[in-house]
Amino acid sequence: MIALLKKSATALVLSTAVLTSACATQDPAAKAAGEIFDPYENTNRSVHQFNKGLDRYAFRPASKGYVAVVPPDMVTAFGNFAENLSKPGDAVNYLLQGNIKGAGQALGRFAVNTVLGIGGLGDPASDFKMAEARTDFGETLHVWGAGEGAYVELPAYGPSTTRDAVGIVVDFFTNPLSQLENNPAEDLQIPAEVVDQLGNRGTYSDTIDSILYESADSYAQGRQIYLQNRRFELGQEDAGSEIDPFELDTGGF
Amino acid sequence: MLRRKFLASLGAIGASFAALPAFALNESSASNLITRLVTDINKVIASGKSERSMYGDFERIFQRYSDTSYIAAYAMGVDARRASSAQKRAFSDAFQGYIAKKYGSRFREFIGGRLEVTGVKKVKKWYEVSCVAYLRGQSPFEVTFHVSNRSGKDLFFNMFIEGVNLLLTERTEIGAIIDRNGGDIDKMIADLRAMT
Repeated sequence: MIALLKKSATALVLSTAVLTSACATQDPAAKAAGEIFDPYENTNRSVHQFNKGLDRYAFRPASKGYVAVVPPDMVTAFGNFAENLSKPGDAVNYLLQGNIKGAGQALGRFAVNTVLGIGGLGDPASDFKMAEARTDFGETLHVWGAGEGAYVELPAYGPSTTRDAVGIVVDFFTNPLSQLENNPAEDLQIPAEVVDQLGNRGTYSDTIDSILYESADSYAQGRQIYLQNRRFELGQEDAGSEIDPFELDTGGF
Repeated sequence: MLRRKFLASLGAIGASFAALPAFALNESSASNLITRLVTDINKVIASGKSERSMYGDFERIFQRYSDTSYIAAYAMGVDARRASSAQKRAFSDAFQGYIAKKYGSRFREFIGGRLEVTGVKKVKKWYEVSCVAYLRGQSPFEVTFHVSNRSGKDLFFNMFIEGVNLLLTERTEIGAIIDRNGGDIDKMIADLRAMT
C-alpha cells in the first residue's frame, strides 16, 4: 500500500515536473531584477484552489483533531522522528554537493538521535547544539548551477519551483534507508512525513490560516513567501535586501 | 508543505515592531534601536493585558520605532502615483492599524520567547541588524531589521524573518486588495479599516 502510494506520488510529481520544465525560460533582465517567473499561473491557480479545498475539508480538520487529541510533546516527538529519518538522505545530498562537513553533521545527528533519542523520537542532537544539517536535492541542483526555474504549485504538496519539484522526486531515491531490504524505516517514511505535516498544520494553525484564508490573494501571498524563504535557505541574495529607502517618494504618507 | 522551523518563524513575524533622537546613524545606534524595540515588545507581551489593548500598544510601538510613512508608501507601490494626498494620509492611518492587528494578534505565539541582537553591519546607506529569535519548543531562527535615518530619525524600514520581508509581503497584500476592489483606492482603505 505504502509502496504503491509512493510510486503514484512519484509519478504524479514526476509528470508535473516534466510537463512544467519542458519549456519557458525567463527573460534575463527580469531575472536579474528578481522578478517572479510564473508562466503557468493559470494552472497553478487551479491547483491552488484544489489544495485550498483539500486543506479546508480534510487536512485542516484532521490536523486540528490531531493536535487536540495528541499531547504537544508527542506531536513534537513524531515530528522529530520524521526529521531523523530524512538525515541519511541529507547526508547523501551534502556529499553530492561536495560538502563533506555537512554530510558528517547529518550523519552525526542521525547517529545521536537514533541511539540517544530512542529511534529518533527525541532530539538530543539539538540539545548538544549540533548543526541542523538540513538539505534536499533541489539544493544539490542549485549547487550544481541549476536555476530556480518557474514557480509551480504542486497538488497536495504546495509551493515549489520546477527545479525543486525535480528535487522532490529524486529525494525519494537519495535516502539510503529506502534502499535497504526488509527495513522497517522504508514503510514508515511516508506515514511519518504525513503525521509530521499534520502536526505542523495543527501547531501553526493561525499562521497558515492567515496566509490561506485571510490574505486577499492567498496564491500570490504563498508564492511570494515561498520564493523569498527558499532563496534565503539557499543563501541567495534576495531582491528585498536591496530595497533602498532613499529611492522612494514618501510625500503625503 | 512548509517547514516547521519556517512556520514557527512566520508565527513570530509579530515579534517586530526603538526611536533615538536624531544622532548620526552608526552601528551602535542602529543596534540600540532594535534592542529598545525588542525590550518594548517583550514588556507588552509580559504585561498580560487583553489582546485588544495589546493591539493599541503594538500600534504605538510600530509608530515609534518604524519608518511608517516609508513602509506605507512602499506597500502601496505604483498605485501611490495616482492617489490623492487625502487618500495617502487615510491609507497611512488605516495601514498602521492593520499592521498592528495582523502581527499583534500572533504575539501570543511569542510569549515566553525572546529576541537577541547578534550583530550589525552597514549596507550602502543603511544598517542591517541581525537577531536570533528563540521561541519555546522551536529551533532558533534569524530575524533581520534594516535601519535608516532617511526620515531624520533612526527608524527601521524593513524586517526579514527567515528571508521573508515585510515590505514585499505587504506590497503583495495591498496590491491584491486594490485588485479585488477593481483598482478603487478608497475601497481598499475601507477594507483595511474593516480588518482592524
